[in-house]
Amino acid sequence: MTARDRILAKLRATPPPSPPLPDVAGWFDARRQPEDLPQRVARLRAALEAAHAEVHDATHAGWPALLQSIAAAKGLRNLLVGADTPHGASLEAALAAPSSSQLNSGPAQLLRVVRYEGNVESWRHDLFTGIDAGLSYARSAIAQTGTLLLWPDAREPRLLSLVPPVHFVLLDTSTIHADLHAAMVVENWAAGLPANVVMISGPSKTADIQQTLAYGAHGPRELIVILRHAPPAAA
Amino acid sequence: MSPITFVRPAGDFDERSRAAVNDPAQRKNFRGAMDFLQGKRRAQFPDSAELEGLRMLGEAIRRHSLAHLPRLLEQLESRCHANGIQLHWAETPAAANAIALDIARRTEARRMIKGKSMVSEEIGFNHAMQESGIEVLESDMGEYIVQLAGETPSHIIMPAIHKTRQQIARLFADKVAGAGYTEDVDALIRIGRKSLRSRFAQADIGISGVNFAVAETGTLCLVENEGNGRMCTTVPSVHIAITGIEKVVERIEHVAPLLSLLTRSATGQDITTYVNLISRPRQPGEKDGPRAVHLILVDNGRTQAYADAQLRATLQCIRCGACMNHCPVYARIGGHAYGTTYPGPIGAIVSPHLLGLESTYPLAFASTLCGACADVCPVRIPIPELLVRLRNAAMARPGSAQALLRGSGAARSALLQAVWAAWSLVYSRLGVYRLTSWLMSRGRALSPVEQGAWTRSRTPLTPAPRRLRDLLGNRQP
Repeated sequence: MTARDRILAKLRATPPPSPPLPDVAGWFDARRQPEDLPQRVARLRAALEAAHAEVHDATHAGWPALLQSIAAAKGLRNLLVGADTPHGASLEAALAAPSSSQLNSGPAQLLRVVRYEGNVESWRHDLFTGIDAGLSYARSAIAQTGTLLLWPDAREPRLLSLVPPVHFVLLDTSTIHADLHAAMVVENWAAGLPANVVMISGPSKTADIQQTLAYGAHGPRELIVILRHAPPAAA
Repeated sequence: MSPITFVRPAGDFDERSRAAVNDPAQRKNFRGAMDFLQGKRRAQFPDSAELEGLRMLGEAIRRHSLAHLPRLLEQLESRCHANGIQLHWAETPAAANAIALDIARRTEARRMIKGKSMVSEEIGFNHAMQESGIEVLESDMGEYIVQLAGETPSHIIMPAIHKTRQQIARLFADKVAGAGYTEDVDALIRIGRKSLRSRFAQADIGISGVNFAVAETGTLCLVENEGNGRMCTTVPSVHIAITGIEKVVERIEHVAPLLSLLTRSATGQDITTYVNLISRPRQPGEKDGPRAVHLILVDNGRTQAYADAQLRATLQCIRCGACMNHCPVYARIGGHAYGTTYPGPIGAIVSPHLLGLESTYPLAFASTLCGACADVCPVRIPIPELLVRLRNAAMARPGSAQALLRGSGAARSALLQAVWAAWSLVYSRLGVYRLTSWLMSRGRALSPVEQGAWTRSRTPLTPAPRRLRDLLGNRQP
């Protein structure tokens, strides 16, 4: 008998009574207030700001310029983006875009877009030491807790949202869910999840030294959210 | 190989708790921290009806999970297997460590970096790895501080809660290369961040715990604020997650209410900065993430708790630490006095299953049974009832129905048995009772001056000169 079989046999030796199936959906449905999009955006913004994140509004056309001006104000030299992403392409259209191998060349005062190309093993040192900021696209968000939902993939890797000290997130406001349960149901998480889903609700922080809050523990010190609003529907 | 445990003998509990209550600086640290955490939690639950409803839901989900535990573990296993996560089963701490060592040998790993994992503390993981020449570095700021100081965590959520800013400043200046003395918390965190950053990239294996394992999707859910957990589970080429067999839930939707209960009860946050859901190793075309993910499921006595209809509730725990944050005993003696990986009320009810009652029974007695722990428990574990049950087991006669737990009867002593036998005799026979009480009031001058623990901080007990029944008999109608 293996350890597995022995553990399972012990658990099966005393079958407990079956309590009724918990009604999780009912709990969340009963608490959800009807709200329009601006109300939902306002809830998300309030929760994010309470968690020390910066929140900015932008249009579909205007967000690259907004990002550029924020980056300039913060003195950021470069920005890591996923390769072959629509938002990366939009930025590249607005700015010059060298690849990660050209990281240490070019004028310092201009924001340079660096593409996350190749496996992390091939440029881990530069990623950890040479990148000022990263840009992710959020798949959706949760208004209740001020949470951004990222589904990293081949184009937009996991460390993009973790290693650079400043993290920009682009979010389309039409994708915001009321609460976590709604996100799980609407996006059908039960059918299967990718290698990694990460829920981000502020900059990295710790209170491990005498309960004193400090930002930038191991992840980004700053979280900057750009809300991309859909153009008003044509009359 | 015998299980490696680091619990100190039970006899030391009295001594350690006495030393702790006589340490005013440490008591101030704990009192301040407890007040802080209680306040944070209270602010998260302004609506008591919502809180009660959510606790009932949390309890129902955990009870449902436990009711179907063997089936859910099998489902988790097959789902993880389909997703490419390798699952291992360990009955003992030694077996769990051997599995991790075997993975390390096969991948020729020398360095591990670890996010917070209480189960890894429970199985003596760092010690076992270091004995085999493998370095394990703690990366959670609190755990890093505790490891630098050569100590163990004193709280399951805030490991370095017993240390002041000044103590940490001194520790960093002494132990971290290139760090000067500073008491500025931001500067101290920057020192920790800088020192650990390069170590993530150098590590061969990342170690983590698991907050919830989801059977239907084969997902490991990890909750954290710092980002070190994400680093440990993303940067090294191998990720090993270690958790107890009870952490499984059936559906992904079950995570939603439990997550809300966990973070609000633990640190008073409506959600932590990061909630990390891991379901697969790095997929073809992906540019980062571990190439192999392992999950080690640890029993270590949990099946003993499971076998008992009442004690099974112990396994509902989601490790938020609210019970210790509200415990008048924990607040006064701190985490280290318990001598076990899990301190406080949850430590008192879970440790006997992990380590046996022989070394842990004093913890069940170190409670006023005030019930604060059960009032705040997010999954409604009736902790005081379980404490009483464990006290009975510790006193149980061999062969009795109460004596089924490992180490049952460990608290029995010949003196105590004799005292209770005499008490029973006196109180069940009227003549003996009258004679005894008359003798005691007459012989009160002979009362001992030393009365054990009672006279350590109190004046000796002496019978009254007149018995109550004599005084009543003399009363005028």
